[in-house]
Amino acid sequence: MEAKEQKVLDEILESHDYNQTAVIAIMQDIQKIYRYLPEEMLCYIAKKLHLSEAKVYGVATFYENFSLEPKGKYVIKICDGTACHVRQSTAILEEIRAILGVTAAKPTTDDMMFTVETVSCLGACGLAPVCTVNDVVHPAMNPEKARVLIQELKDSEAVGKEAADED
Amino acid sequence: MRINTREELETRRKEYAASLKTQRKQILICAGTGCVAGGSLDIYARMQEILMERGIKCSLVLEKEPHGHSIGLKKSGCHGFCEMGPLLRIEPEGILYVKVKTADCEEIIEKSIVGDEVIDRLVYHDKEGKAYEKQDDIPFYKQQTRVALEDCGRINAESIKEYIAVGGYNAVAKALFDLTPQQIVDEISEASLRGRGGGGFPTGRKWSQVLAQKEEVKYIVCNGDEGDPGAFMDRSMMEGDPHRVIEGMLIAGIATGAHYGYIYVRAEYPLAVERLQTAINKAEEKGLLGKDILGSGFDFDLKISQGAGAFVCGEGSALTASIEGNRGMPRVKPPRTVEKGLFEKPTVLNNVETYCNVPPIISKGAAWYQTIGPDNNHGTKAFALTGNVMNTGLIEVPMGTTLRKVIFDIGGGVKGGSFKAVQIGGPSGGCLCINPSEDHLDLHLDFDSLKKVGAMIGSGGLVVMNDKSCMVEVARFFMNFTQNESCGKCIPCREGTKRMLELLNDICEGRGTMRHIQLLEELASTISATALCGLGKTAASPVVSTMKYFREEYLSHVVEKKCPAGQCKALVTLAIDPELCKGCSKCARVCPVGAISGEIKKPFTIDTSKCIKCGACKEGCNFHAIKEA
Repeated sequence: MEAKEQKVLDEILESHDYNQTAVIAIMQDIQKIYRYLPEEMLCYIAKKLHLSEAKVYGVATFYENFSLEPKGKYVIKICDGTACHVRQSTAILEEIRAILGVTAAKPTTDDMMFTVETVSCLGACGLAPVCTVNDVVHPAMNPEKARVLIQELKDSEAVGKEAADED
Repeated sequence: MRINTREELETRRKEYAASLKTQRKQILICAGTGCVAGGSLDIYARMQEILMERGIKCSLVLEKEPHGHSIGLKKSGCHGFCEMGPLLRIEPEGILYVKVKTADCEEIIEKSIVGDEVIDRLVYHDKEGKAYEKQDDIPFYKQQTRVALEDCGRINAESIKEYIAVGGYNAVAKALFDLTPQQIVDEISEASLRGRGGGGFPTGRKWSQVLAQKEEVKYIVCNGDEGDPGAFMDRSMMEGDPHRVIEGMLIAGIATGAHYGYIYVRAEYPLAVERLQTAINKAEEKGLLGKDILGSGFDFDLKISQGAGAFVCGEGSALTASIEGNRGMPRVKPPRTVEKGLFEKPTVLNNVETYCNVPPIISKGAAWYQTIGPDNNHGTKAFALTGNVMNTGLIEVPMGTTLRKVIFDIGGGVKGGSFKAVQIGGPSGGCLCINPSEDHLDLHLDFDSLKKVGAMIGSGGLVVMNDKSCMVEVARFFMNFTQNESCGKCIPCREGTKRMLELLNDICEGRGTMRHIQLLEELASTISATALCGLGKTAASPVVSTMKYFREEYLSHVVEKKCPAGQCKALVTLAIDPELCKGCSKCARVCPVGAISGEIKKPFTIDTSKCIKCGACKEGCNFHAIKEA
């Protein structure tokens, strides 16, 4: 782990007073920055919090929101709550997976751009079926709208890349 | 500025109420998760822009000495009518505009804010085309009774001043200065308030058990881990009226002698976390949280603890384990949470809606609360009405309201087909239905009536299903959910749900036998008798209740290998009706596996041995000639 990353971790730990009971909040802060929990960072916080590595690993793997694998730049979550399910959310999931060539076992695209996940309920049932892209809710989806959404994300990425190339 | 005494709170209340009144008109834009997704924040920004451009005085926050008659522009909590969002309410007239777009803002300002005209195009029209100008006249709202959601959508969700202006923190003052802890507990007991999180345990009894504990440190915990798929009542309360949640918890603290509180919010609700944090900060600034509240000598600190995505954390002991920084697994009880809860200390654990009911009970008294709802089931219940229903949204009705009234009068009826069933109580609940032997539509929705038919109120998710929903598939869906979310600690739940899911998968995919049904029944009773926690014990409920009320549907899957609703793909055979087929060959071209063949202008046929039942041909056929058999 680089010195720069260690500094980030120390700041996070400091903001939680090195409190053992805050281990979940600390991991959430780390994931917010790095989009996943790198192994060496878990070892580092275990040491600093005087917890065993096994305990930290146990907590990290228990909760659905934590990922030990790197995620794509855009995390797409398709809601499969009851309300979305009865309004045919499965078709949207299948469509998005087909477009991006990902599966349940391999949720992230090779270019690290997209990760596709399901989520049990986002509580936006009034707008079912919904999906979120990096926590922004897209209401009343269907496979057609999903295709458009993915294309828009890809386009905006291409534009961003062009702009970066020109610089 | 800090409020130091009860008298000062009263003075401020008058000031804030007067400031509210000087706002000639108020524009309340719904900023609940639903309407935000529909673009309500853009509408808010556009409104602000137009008011500025036109030089109209506009107050975004409640000011002590407002500059004359201005327009109040605010982000409110969820108005409930999510189907029609984004919603915009205009006070004092009480006009509700539905499906508002940024392009409508100019006209709204011109006609309804500067002028007093109502724009017909934007008001709610029912199926017959009748227009409703005022929110309270719309059938969806007219039949509701709002207690917990009283201010949700009517005040600025981010303003403590507005909350105080409408009577907020009055109940805390009463609890601190007029009542003893025992009197508060007695008032709650007399109101017969029962936990709104599912179980319906009497809140007063819970509080009195914690009050009786001799420990010095006690905790107040709010369960905001609303994990039931299809439920969003608690989310709307935390987002739309966060101070009410805080006030309810504060009263619980005063009643039981606890000085620390935690609100456990699931990570899927970022907006709720944000609004609660803002509310806690403002309450601390005003001295309504922290040390020496209103000069009473009572201290109370409140923190937010965020979940990380585990349904089981809605269970009490798993929730406290999660706040402590552990894997969120339930433990064996006793000792119960009221004796050894968070950090092994006596703990009051109630859900969001329960706390929201506390301030009005203390302010208005138990006698008032008893006038709502039937005996032993007093008060109201908020429901999230979703699925195949015309008006999806958030509603609050007196306990004991009939299902018919909720679905047809408030919900506007079933969408996309005829009524088949309602799933209530999430993965722990059951189905209500109409079939020849049972009619649940006139069933009263309250704790005791639902228990009698093998369902439970749960946290309040009501998912309406039409005749195109397959009940076996619904049971499979819930079992898949429960199996995914099983924490793995006890064997009956960990292994039992897995086996039940396998059996249901077999039935849905055409491999079912009568033995499967028998095994499902055996497993269901074993799991509910032996699982460790409440979630495990009720894991089989969706299967048990669908088997009870939709047994023929299970039998069709198993014996005839047919899915009557046409949802289970493996059991569906697609066939072309030769009468309707024009022989256009479109189906043959869209078929991904080349299973359709024929001669142009003559009826085509499907080779069932090749067909993968994807349904692409059926969707594409312009003559509706392809049918499921």
